[in-house]
Amino acid sequence: MSAEFLYGVEVIINGLMAGVLYALVALGFVLIFKASGIFNYAQGVMALFAALTLVGIMEGQVPFSHIINATFGTDVHNFGWTVPALLAIALTLVVMIIFAWMVHTFVFKHLVGQEPIILFMATIGLAYFLEGIGDLMWGSDIKTLDIGIPQGGSMWVENLSKHLGGEDFYGFFIDKLDIVATIVAIVLVAGLIVFAQYTKQGRAMRAVADDHQAALSVGISLNFIWVLVWSLAGMVALVAGVMWGAKSGVQFSLSLIALKALPVLMLGGFTSIPGAIVGGLIIGVGEKLFEYMIGPMVGGATENWFAYVLALLFLVFRPQGLFGERIIERV
Amino acid sequence: MKDSGAPYVTADGRQIGKVLMDMRGITLRFGGVEAIKDISFDIREGEIRAMIGPNGAGKSSMLNVISGFYHPQEGEVWFRGEKRPPMKPFQVARLGIARTFQNIALFDGMSVLDNIMTGRLTHMKTGLLAQMVWKGPAEREEVENRAVVERIIDFLEIQAIRKTPVGRLPYGLKKRVELARALAAEPKLLLLDEPMAGMNVEEKEDMSRFILDVNDEFGTTIALIEHDMGVVMDLSDRVVVMDYGRKIGDGTPHEVRNNQEVIDAYLGVAHD
Repeated sequence: MSAEFLYGVEVIINGLMAGVLYALVALGFVLIFKASGIFNYAQGVMALFAALTLVGIMEGQVPFSHIINATFGTDVHNFGWTVPALLAIALTLVVMIIFAWMVHTFVFKHLVGQEPIILFMATIGLAYFLEGIGDLMWGSDIKTLDIGIPQGGSMWVENLSKHLGGEDFYGFFIDKLDIVATIVAIVLVAGLIVFAQYTKQGRAMRAVADDHQAALSVGISLNFIWVLVWSLAGMVALVAGVMWGAKSGVQFSLSLIALKALPVLMLGGFTSIPGAIVGGLIIGVGEKLFEYMIGPMVGGATENWFAYVLALLFLVFRPQGLFGERIIERV
Repeated sequence: MKDSGAPYVTADGRQIGKVLMDMRGITLRFGGVEAIKDISFDIREGEIRAMIGPNGAGKSSMLNVISGFYHPQEGEVWFRGEKRPPMKPFQVARLGIARTFQNIALFDGMSVLDNIMTGRLTHMKTGLLAQMVWKGPAEREEVENRAVVERIIDFLEIQAIRKTPVGRLPYGLKKRVELARALAAEPKLLLLDEPMAGMNVEEKEDMSRFILDVNDEFGTTIALIEHDMGVVMDLSDRVVVMDYGRKIGDGTPHEVRNNQEVIDAYLGVAHD
């Protein structure tokens, strides 16, 4: 096989792995949107907040240390301990569940039945509030997140694939972190699907997504389901935050990954879990492949806009996305 | 009219018990409009109780008061001998009051089986953690409740469509699936909002038969709203007649049929 072709394959593999991460972020949107009709602009900030919290807990940082020091004239920054990664992840998950409960109880419970645009505005407010709280709690410096995921190119894959090509092919370069991220994302998505399909709460969740009135009539508490989906979205945000944070450091630009999820949602449809996954993969592969093949001709940096142009095309020709419910207007 | 409150046996041998649901002086307003004006009536254990009246009489509003979707400004709702505090619909459902909707409220994206299984949610007690572990209590519970649902599927003769997504079913079958979901809750009181609306004669006959069978076999107390007078007369033990939010008649089908006010409301006389 020619080296050209093999590098193309490598691009596709890397694209698929990036796509899985996009899908993960998009999934957080879909979960909340399906169950409550809320387009959660804060999903990206939730990922940032989760990653910040995880680093903070692991490093034994004192939350709100700036305020505490300013108010009491103390000088505390650290508890002086470190927390093992697994325990810290569990604690962060608890924080995200508390956050879900608070978001619902203090904000969205009071906005039930409001126009979608009002709910959307509320999530924008939530995003900035959460960003501010994240800053106050853990400080605004860039942090490295090291929970022991191996990084760097995988020699194993490289050696294994070396013999595929000729002299000028050195094997596939695939980042170990990407491999781990892909596996984790696949496990998470599979888990979510099994949860939604087979458990009692999953069934209730799907029921609420389908029809609020009917769900009430069979004894489902909407409040419980909404806290549940915000918690699940928080969990997804945590995983996305950890993976992206491990890749490029925990900094405030992390919240921008939400913007990458938008084209994914345009492709996959806002209400479809398989759509989010396939949409993410298409965008991931599409932008990497486009950059590889067309990029050099137009001066590169196509990854910045490719996804959005693709989304735009979808908006024109198939506005409901690949898997979204069809828009039928009866006259 | 048998309103002494003592249990009795109907002509066809069904046992009518004590008062199950007692609506006392219910008044419901939407802004300045009074949808229900000071209506009182009761529903007794084991009976089929019908609510009839022209469009806009307040029948559906009354059903929504019973099921907790609307909250009356005045009046008391008594259930099983206790005054019921204001409740949300899901809490009412957990008390054992199941309902269907006039315009069918099913979960269109889910299969018939899944739809009916949601009717069992009030009977499933395992928590989130047990459900995530799945093996053990959660799985046992699922199997038990699945058995109940399969009995209902057999009973309502919808075996052939159990895996079909509800959105694809024709209207008449959707109505039947909705009844199945309500039945799956094994309700103490079953509320049916126009169970035969929009059906052809054959479907109406089927539905009537199912309603009678449900009442007969499970002894389920049923309150229903229906427009078709013939159906109401055949099905129900007692009838409440409403017009413009007021109660204008209450009694056996025979009694209300001969009530002058009811005849006026149905045939139409000038309101002065």
